[in-house]
Amino acid sequence: MKPAPALAEGFPDLSGMRIAREPHWFRWLSAALIVFVIALIVRAFAGGQIEWSYVSRFLTAKVILEGIVNTMVMAVLAMALGIFLGVVVAIMRLSPNPVLKTVAAGYTWLFRGTPLILQLLLWFNLALVFPTIGIPGLWSARAVDVMTPFLAALLGLGINQGAYTSEVMRAGMLSVDIGQYEAAQAIGMGRLRALRRIVLPQAMRVVIPPLGNEFIGMVKATSLASVIQYPELLHNAENIYYANSRVIELLIVAGLWYLLVVSVLTPLQMLLERRFARGTLQFAR
Amino acid sequence: MTKPLVAIRSVAKNFGEFQALKSVTLDVWPGEVMCLIGASGSGKTTLLRCINQLAAIDSGGIWLDGELLGVREQGGRLHRLTEREIGRQRLKTGMVFQRFNLFPHKTALENITEGPLQVQGRKSDEVRAEAIELLRRVGLSAKADSYPAQLSGGQQQRVAIARALAMKPMLMLFDEPTSALDPELVGEVLAVMKELARSGMTMMVVTHELGFAREVADRVVYMDQGAIIEQGRASDVLGAPREERTREFLSAVI
Repeated sequence: MKPAPALAEGFPDLSGMRIAREPHWFRWLSAALIVFVIALIVRAFAGGQIEWSYVSRFLTAKVILEGIVNTMVMAVLAMALGIFLGVVVAIMRLSPNPVLKTVAAGYTWLFRGTPLILQLLLWFNLALVFPTIGIPGLWSARAVDVMTPFLAALLGLGINQGAYTSEVMRAGMLSVDIGQYEAAQAIGMGRLRALRRIVLPQAMRVVIPPLGNEFIGMVKATSLASVIQYPELLHNAENIYYANSRVIELLIVAGLWYLLVVSVLTPLQMLLERRFARGTLQFAR
Repeated sequence: MTKPLVAIRSVAKNFGEFQALKSVTLDVWPGEVMCLIGASGSGKTTLLRCINQLAAIDSGGIWLDGELLGVREQGGRLHRLTEREIGRQRLKTGMVFQRFNLFPHKTALENITEGPLQVQGRKSDEVRAEAIELLRRVGLSAKADSYPAQLSGGQQQRVAIARALAMKPMLMLFDEPTSALDPELVGEVLAVMKELARSGMTMMVVTHELGFAREVADRVVYMDQGAIIEQGRASDVLGAPREERTREFLSAVI
C-alpha cells in the first residue's frame, strides 16, 4: 500500500477566522426612505382636517363597543354555520352518489356566483316573496317578524361562507393519502366513520391556515350587514356620524377596531395549528 | 372434511382496458401460509385487494369462511351488499400495506386500539391490555406512546401488523410488507411474520422475499399477467419450476 501523500502547500488553515459583517448600505438607505415617507403621511394626517380628540373619545364609546361585540358574535356564528355547511357539502361532493355530488356542486355554484351583499339583501327582503312562513298546520308567522337583521345576516353570511369553506375542506380531504382511507376500511370502518376519525383530523392541519384567512375575511364581511340594519361596528359608527358629521374620525375608530381584532386572531390561529399538528415531526412530543 | 378458508372461483377484475385478473381459481386452507410471487402488474396485489374488498371483482366469486364476499345471490341474480355488510365481512381479514398506512395523528397504541374501540365497540381496558400485549409480541413495548413519524419503517410496519391482528382476523393479507423498507429493516418485519406463521395464522403474502417464501411458505403461487401460472410447495416452485415463465422470472429476480 502507498503511504498517504503529505498535504499540499498553498491552502492555509482558515479555522478561527470570523466572517465579516456586511454593511448592507442599501437596506439602511431604503429603510430610511420608508420612514421618511411614513413621517410625511403621518404629518399630513396630523395637520389635516381630523379632530383626533373625537377619535379617542369615540374609540371606547358604548355604541362602538356594542358594535364590536355584535361584529364578533356574528363573525363567530356565521363562520360556525359556514364550517358546518362546508364540511357537509365537501363530504357530499366527494361521495360516490351522483345526486349528492350534483346538489353540492350546485350549492357552491349558486352562492359563490352572486355577490354577498345581494344575498344579504335577498334574505332581508324575503318577506316580499313569502309574506308568511311556517309549517302548515303547526306554526306560522309573518316573515318580517322572523327575518330580523340578525337572522338575515347570519343566513346570508353563513350560507355564503359555506360555499367557500366547502372547497377549502375538499382540498384538505383530498390532501390526505388514499392509503389512509384504505387502512381505515381495512379495520372495518365505513366511509363516514373513516372521514370523521381518520381523514378529517389529518385534513384539519392543511385546512386551518386557509380557514384562518376565511375567518379574517368574515370579520370584515360582517360590515356588509350594515346595509340590512344589523347593528355591527360599521353600522354603529355610521349612525354616530350621521348625527355629528365626524365621518372620517368615526371611520378611523372602526378601522382601528378591525385592525385590533385581526391582530388578536393571528396568534390564536397559531395555537390551533399546533393542536392539529399532533404526530408530525415538527411538533412531536 | 375441512373446507378452505378462502375459495376463489373464476375471478376476473379489469381496470378499464387492463385485465388485472383473468379467471383466477384458488383455495387457501386454514393455517396455510401462501406466498404470491410474480412481476409487478401480474395481479397478485389485486387478488389480495379483492379478498379484502378494497377492489370489487367484475366476475366470479370469492368465499371467505364459507360466506360469499361483496354480493348476495337472490332470484338468480347477484346483488351488491351494503357498505355496512362489506365492513362486517372485512373484519375477518387483516391487511398489511406496502406503505404501512399507519394513522399519523395517533400513537402506536391508539393505532392498534382504534378498530377494536371504534368499530367493534369493545371495552377500553380490555382492548388496551390486548394492544399492549400485541406491541410486546412485535417487540415494540417501549414505543406505545410514539407517533408513527417517530418510528423507523420497520417499526411502523410491525405496529401495522399489530393493528391488523387487534381485530382478531381469521386471515392475514400482506401486500409487499417489506418492499418500502431499507434493507437492514427487512429482517425484523419478516421475523414477526415468521412468528405469526408458526402460531398457526392463515396468511397470504405478496412478496419478493424468496428466502422468506422458501423458509415459511406452505405453498408458493407464481402469477403472471393476471393468471396463476404455477403453484406448489416452495421447494418445487422455487427450486425446480416446471413452467418456462416461472424459470424466467426466478432467474431475473435472483
